[in-house]
Amino acid sequence: MKYALFLGCTIPVRAQNYELAARKVAKKLGIEFVDVPEFSCCGFPVKSVSHEAYLLISARNLAIAEEKGLNIATLCNACTVTLVEANEELKKDPELRQKINEKLRKIGKEYRGTAEVRHFARILYEDYGIDKLKEHIVRPLEGLNIAVHYGCHFLRPSEVYQEFDDPENPKSLDELVNITGAKSIWYKERDKCCGGGILGIKEEDALKMTKDKLDNIKEVEADAMISICPFCSVMYEGSQKKIEKMFETEYNIPVIYYPQLLGLAMGFEPEELGYKMNRIKAKRMLEKVTGIGTA
Amino acid sequence: MEQVIKISELDRNFKYQILKEPGGEGLLKCFACGTCTASCPVREVDEKFNPRKIIRMAILGMKKEVLENEFIWLCAGCYICQERCPQDVRITDLMGALRNIAVKEGFIHPSFVAQIDFLHKFGRLYEVTEFDNKKRVKNGLPEIKHMPEEIQKIFEETGVAKFVEGEQ
Repeated sequence: MKYALFLGCTIPVRAQNYELAARKVAKKLGIEFVDVPEFSCCGFPVKSVSHEAYLLISARNLAIAEEKGLNIATLCNACTVTLVEANEELKKDPELRQKINEKLRKIGKEYRGTAEVRHFARILYEDYGIDKLKEHIVRPLEGLNIAVHYGCHFLRPSEVYQEFDDPENPKSLDELVNITGAKSIWYKERDKCCGGGILGIKEEDALKMTKDKLDNIKEVEADAMISICPFCSVMYEGSQKKIEKMFETEYNIPVIYYPQLLGLAMGFEPEELGYKMNRIKAKRMLEKVTGIGTA
Repeated sequence: MEQVIKISELDRNFKYQILKEPGGEGLLKCFACGTCTASCPVREVDEKFNPRKIIRMAILGMKKEVLENEFIWLCAGCYICQERCPQDVRITDLMGALRNIAVKEGFIHPSFVAQIDFLHKFGRLYEVTEFDNKKRVKNGLPEIKHMPEEIQKIFEETGVAKFVEGEQ
């Protein structure tokens, strides 16, 4: 299994722990990530400004993967939906494809529609497979209660994801958590949006949305929250202190990227998985896991 | 809120303009059931954002009121309404179409100007500074170089370049 690794904008600077853990885990599983320095932003922010410019930026990235004969693995939900939607739109509309290719030609690129885009969590769940993944669990994380957050664009719009999971009642990430020995626990309004999409438009609204979910997670006393999107993590982890201050409350909920959790169960030590870079320290959660070296 | 809608001030062509915009094709299928508004997580925290109302206003031809309003920028893009809409209006895509039209008509939200600026400069939303790259190398991650040239060309080709500071 070999993929072009699409990092996007946020991960390389704000979520190196995610990147580090994903690379470590993938390597041990025999999934090869190829770095592609030419990849740019996926095009997501441009979608609101110019549909054409968004398609061009996405198609350019897709074309680069196509040239290398590789499918793309993403780590960010927004990158995933952006590239997948552009790919679907261009694949099913030859006229549009031609128009986009006329402009791409000016930068020496051609989109052909031969590369697929998948989120790393979906690759683990579907392509690698839960059963095979189970064989790599050497340190079951028994006793940990985990609140999962899928993030909207991992599941929706479901039509572009071949409905690989139920957009109203998903289970893939729960299963991915449960095979580590930890337990995915339910909380109120679990599948709601983090608010990240409007953080730059109206911070107050965005943070209220984030707060509602943090409240619901606090209520069930989860040891940690699991995220598979750097922007959702910016909301739940990066903004947690701010929300605590704004609303005079306290959470102290660690927000862990899924590969960081899986990596622990696969026998990696926290420092190898970038736990030191987590802003809300997962000390208490890690203490619950037996067999972790106290480095 | 009391508001009298004057028919003489409505733009009857607005709905056709939306229908032609990518993402706006489903506008007229709306039968105003309100599933979108009832499902919307933004609406829950902010009454100003009401997708059903925005759609009604658009169909009626309240062009100025729609395009000039902050509310078209408040969609978080979560797709829950699009997923649940019984009429396949494709509301999230429709909000994108309204934004694209607003931009063409001269209304762009400042936060997007800032994002375009970054993309133009770096080809990405965040600058990867020397400090970031040092940290990356220390963590065993490859360095990242900015390659904005082709993004700049795409912006020129599509007219987006005019929003880049100093390019006007």
